[in-house]
Amino acid sequence: MLLALPILLPLGTAIVLHMLPQRRRLLRVMAFVGALLIVGVAAVILGRVRSEGIQVLRIGSWPAPYGITLVADLFSALMVVMVGIIGVAVTASSFSGVDPRREAFGYHALIHVLLMGVSGAFLTGDIFNLYVWFEVMLIGSFVLMSLHRTRAQLHAAFTYVALNLLASAFLLTAIGLLYGQAGTLNFADLARVWPERRTPGLDAALSMLFLTAFGIKAGLFPLFFWLPASYHTPPAAIGALLAGLLTKVGVYAMIRVFTLLFPDPTASVYTALLVMSGVTMVVGLIGAIGQHDLRRVLSFNLVGHIGFTTVGLALWTPASLGGSILYVLHHMLVISTLFLVSGLFLRQRRTTDLRVLGGLYRTQPFVACLAMVPLFSLAGIPPLSGFLAKLAVVGPMIGQRQYALAAIALTVSLLTVLSMTRVWEEAFWKPAPDHASWPAHQPRLGGAILAPVVLLVSLTIAFSVAAGPVYGLAARAAQQLLDRDGYVRAVLGEGGQRAAR
Amino acid sequence: MELLLAILAGVLYATGLYLMLRRRLAQLIIGLGLLSNGSNILILAAAGVTRAKPPIIADPPLRADQFADPVPQSLILTAIVIGFGVLAFALVLAHRVHRSAGSDDIDMIGPDRL
Repeated sequence: MLLALPILLPLGTAIVLHMLPQRRRLLRVMAFVGALLIVGVAAVILGRVRSEGIQVLRIGSWPAPYGITLVADLFSALMVVMVGIIGVAVTASSFSGVDPRREAFGYHALIHVLLMGVSGAFLTGDIFNLYVWFEVMLIGSFVLMSLHRTRAQLHAAFTYVALNLLASAFLLTAIGLLYGQAGTLNFADLARVWPERRTPGLDAALSMLFLTAFGIKAGLFPLFFWLPASYHTPPAAIGALLAGLLTKVGVYAMIRVFTLLFPDPTASVYTALLVMSGVTMVVGLIGAIGQHDLRRVLSFNLVGHIGFTTVGLALWTPASLGGSILYVLHHMLVISTLFLVSGLFLRQRRTTDLRVLGGLYRTQPFVACLAMVPLFSLAGIPPLSGFLAKLAVVGPMIGQRQYALAAIALTVSLLTVLSMTRVWEEAFWKPAPDHASWPAHQPRLGGAILAPVVLLVSLTIAFSVAAGPVYGLAARAAQQLLDRDGYVRAVLGEGGQRAAR
Repeated sequence: MELLLAILAGVLYATGLYLMLRRRLAQLIIGLGLLSNGSNILILAAAGVTRAKPPIIADPPLRADQFADPVPQSLILTAIVIGFGVLAFALVLAHRVHRSAGSDDIDMIGPDRL
């Protein structure tokens, strides 16, 4: 029952939010409490997975390969905890005000639908069910993105919808072909029978199809162009939600499917993934440097750093995979924080264009110092979490004598420093330019507005301080991912025998 | 029969992708629809077509060739429902884009033209 709660809680919250009288304060509190409950449940799941190993829930008591199973290993549990944390921060940011038109259209309920889809994708043990959760999450994000009616937002939403539907079609194609050959959809069962039933041609075609589908969702080069074209238009809270969660679901699904189904690290798909990850880092950061709008800078940074999270899968060692997992966790936290910070500018100056921002250090030094933490953490300045995560990603590269790749990663880190210091310099440090487009009254950024940012920043600091234990968890999660027999045993029972059909 | 379905799926994929590469929103949406139908046909064909057999496992158990596999059918059913909902949403979105931009040419409604 416990494993179903991260899915049932947001579902219940979404339903209740629709039925409650549409009083703003009530809706906001309810949405916030719902998100807090997810964190609580996720923490319990994480604790249990840590002490007792992989947790399995057979929905409707159907035995494993037949019914839908929910499976939580350390990687899933860690990701669900992050879902809760980002959910709390995003719902908390609604207390300081949401566009009333959005609120009337079920803004809070949609956030919970999105959280449900993401938790479902992280917890499912069935590949078709994964597709269904992808769609749940997409529909939530589609509506959240297009709730507004300005032309730029509609255009961005349309790009986003079209490309994500294309990715879903690829995923469905891959799943159909996989079922045709393997005759099962359960991850554990697939991991068991696929090595016997695969044919080399189909194996290569399927791995490439999965790579394309998840590559589009994750935002890998050359499939990422929809992302910077759309993530800068929705309100900052939605941007934080999408940036923090959705691309990471693509990364998660990639790691899950590839470790279970394609355990041959010499396959050409891993070479392709390695090249794609490397190019993604470079192209993303070069793109970021050419941008003037803070949210576009962040979108390109998001893309560039996705490369860091997939490279560990391509290298295929416990250490590199552990580095990837740590990087995913760090990046979810930091990029969401930065999107929320961009919301502060929107609130005060109605723009995130770096050219016309400035002078915030003089008027609000606390905000400037607050923003410094995620900016420099993303850049990888020690002792913040970004440095430790980069260390965990680049270290194994050097260990495996992938010097060129390590050089790329380090150069890209330098570019990130450049991009992030530029953001800080332009937005906070330089004197405020006199600009006609600013609102006459610039509200001070007070408690309720800053609270979610403070929450995420303190978590980033906590992450940096507790990096040792967190890395320990990530490394254990990586070992669990590479131990396919352990996963199969946990889901299908001892011996992994299946009843004769 | 599988051959026929395979060719049909191929044609649907090809036309779907071709239409998605066009510049008009309406064609893009029709392309998406064809693509999702193509993948439904593909699931049916890849899982094997069983003729005139019920998708039921009876008691006493039937042999594998005496019943049709119900799983691909339920997959397709799910995918149709999801595809329908998503397509309906995309259609409404395209309609709104068209209304706000006064054009359904993707190049004419781009952010550069604002």
